[in-house]
Amino acid sequence: MFSQMLSSLTDGLLLGFVYGVAAMGLTLIWGVMSVINLAHGPVIALGMFGTYLLFTHLGVNPYLGLVVVAVFGLALGFVIYGAAVHRVINAPHLSSLLATFSVNMIIIGLGTAIFSTSPQNIDFPLGSVEIGFLTLPVTRLLATVGAVLFTAALYLFLYFTRPGKAIRAVANNRRAAELMGIPSSLVLALSFGLGTMLAAVAGGLISTFFPFTILSGGPYELKSFVICVLGGLGNPLGALLGGLILGGLEGLIPAFMPVSWVPVVEFGLFVLVLLLRPSGLLGAK
Amino acid sequence: MKFWRQPGFWLPVAIVLLWGGAVLALRQDTIRETAFTVLMFVALASSLNILLGYTGYVSFGHIVFFGLGGYTGFYLLSEQGWPLYLAAVAGGLLSALIALLVGLAVLRLRGAYFALATIGINEAARAFVSNFGPFGAATGLFVNFSAYEKYGGASQALWTTFTFLWLTTLAVLVVSFLVKHSRFGLGLLAIREDEDAAMVMGVRAPRAKTITYVISAFFPGIIGTLYFFKNGNVEPGDAFQLHMSIEMLVMVMLGGMGTLLGPILGAVGYQGLRGYLLTSPIFKDLHLAVAGLILLLIILFVPAGAVGWVRHRFRGLSRVLE
Repeated sequence: MFSQMLSSLTDGLLLGFVYGVAAMGLTLIWGVMSVINLAHGPVIALGMFGTYLLFTHLGVNPYLGLVVVAVFGLALGFVIYGAAVHRVINAPHLSSLLATFSVNMIIIGLGTAIFSTSPQNIDFPLGSVEIGFLTLPVTRLLATVGAVLFTAALYLFLYFTRPGKAIRAVANNRRAAELMGIPSSLVLALSFGLGTMLAAVAGGLISTFFPFTILSGGPYELKSFVICVLGGLGNPLGALLGGLILGGLEGLIPAFMPVSWVPVVEFGLFVLVLLLRPSGLLGAK
Repeated sequence: MKFWRQPGFWLPVAIVLLWGGAVLALRQDTIRETAFTVLMFVALASSLNILLGYTGYVSFGHIVFFGLGGYTGFYLLSEQGWPLYLAAVAGGLLSALIALLVGLAVLRLRGAYFALATIGINEAARAFVSNFGPFGAATGLFVNFSAYEKYGGASQALWTTFTFLWLTTLAVLVVSFLVKHSRFGLGLLAIREDEDAAMVMGVRAPRAKTITYVISAFFPGIIGTLYFFKNGNVEPGDAFQLHMSIEMLVMVMLGGMGTLLGPILGAVGYQGLRGYLLTSPIFKDLHLAVAGLILLLIILFVPAGAVGWVRHRFRGLSRVLE
């Protein structure tokens, strides 16, 4: 019993890292420009399909394919920002929420027409390793490693490069940053690009162990909301922590009650945190 | 102010009055079904507009009241044998009660946090109902056929349901107008413009927002009961569609938020467009993408919606188009 719980907890935590990456994308965009990106889910799904197409049609190793997916995600973010977000960046929240939602509809609509909604999967089994009594699928371990690497890279980028520092400056105070000569529109586009890049990468990682359709991004988008609020909107480190909490819960809850109760607990917790501590467990940005 | 003298009040009410009356006079099943769907969205969008248009608060999960009220009403009607009228009002009251409890807590949050919380509440309710035994858990409930017999058989029951929906829609419009033109409504509009300034001026913002939330949650509960009674079954997937929630927002935006006529135009326009895209041979695979593109263009270039745009262009009409 105990060993079973421990192994399902480990499973959940490993998945939690990947959730964390997806949520970090959402929280980064919120932190820099106070926009909730409702096109987050479809971008996650596009990340899954990007990895899948590279693997099945060009035979690219899914983990190498992630780099391509990341670049594609970054470019997509620039496009979405320029087409939909830039004009409404200073408008009330409703406008940016609906603008990103319309992007969501466009991507889902095109995706359904092109890929249909039948489930796909990436057939790239790597077996599993045993550590003590724990049996861990290698794909999950690699996904965790990938998630940690991308998080570290994001941290280094934000704190030790000029564009990264510019992003943090704009997040802090856009007008002051403009006065210092930082081109804020470019920085906002870059932040949006980084956010969608993280979403696409998370999608790519998830596609290595779960089957998916073009609609699969939706649940992960909702999970990302929960995670962002748990960790504090706009706080990337909080997003990672929130991801681990959510993953851990998903691992533990089935030991005590039917699996179908997992979302009840998750969203109940989400509403509770919003009510009692809206700045999240670690505090907002 | 005598509201029955206002053209801005009469125009929307007359449209709905004539429309429903014509459907009842023609007595054709297909026309009734179409009118039911569109009128339902008119009523849903108008009740969302009471919150969204007047206070500026975005309730992304407003469909939760449609779902919960619908479930409650359906349960009372089908399992407990309540008459339709009572069950629907009970569904509405339950939605209002939940809105009161939720509102007291959640409306302290502002802007995007509030929007996120409403999504969370909808998902939590869906997940809960999917596990809740008395409501049939994941499979939902089916109507007990004896329930139809009280209304003279299934076909007559559908006409009764339609009439009730029509009256509800009229009620939403009247309430919406009364709220907008009351002292209370002025307070709401002040909150929309600047909440802090409104509070300094003596508007009790938390209380006013909660009351508005309760009003705008009451009607979706009634409509939910009618809709699921018409369908004959209710299940979690149908009752708590986040997608429908967002369609309601789109309709309000299309027509013009904060106006009485806007949600009517928005709902009719959106349903018409959707119907055209779904059946057109060129767009039928891409209907979602095309609808998304149109929505994007409206938000970017005509954010005030159709009614707002006309009012701005033709000042003389602003008395007629409320």
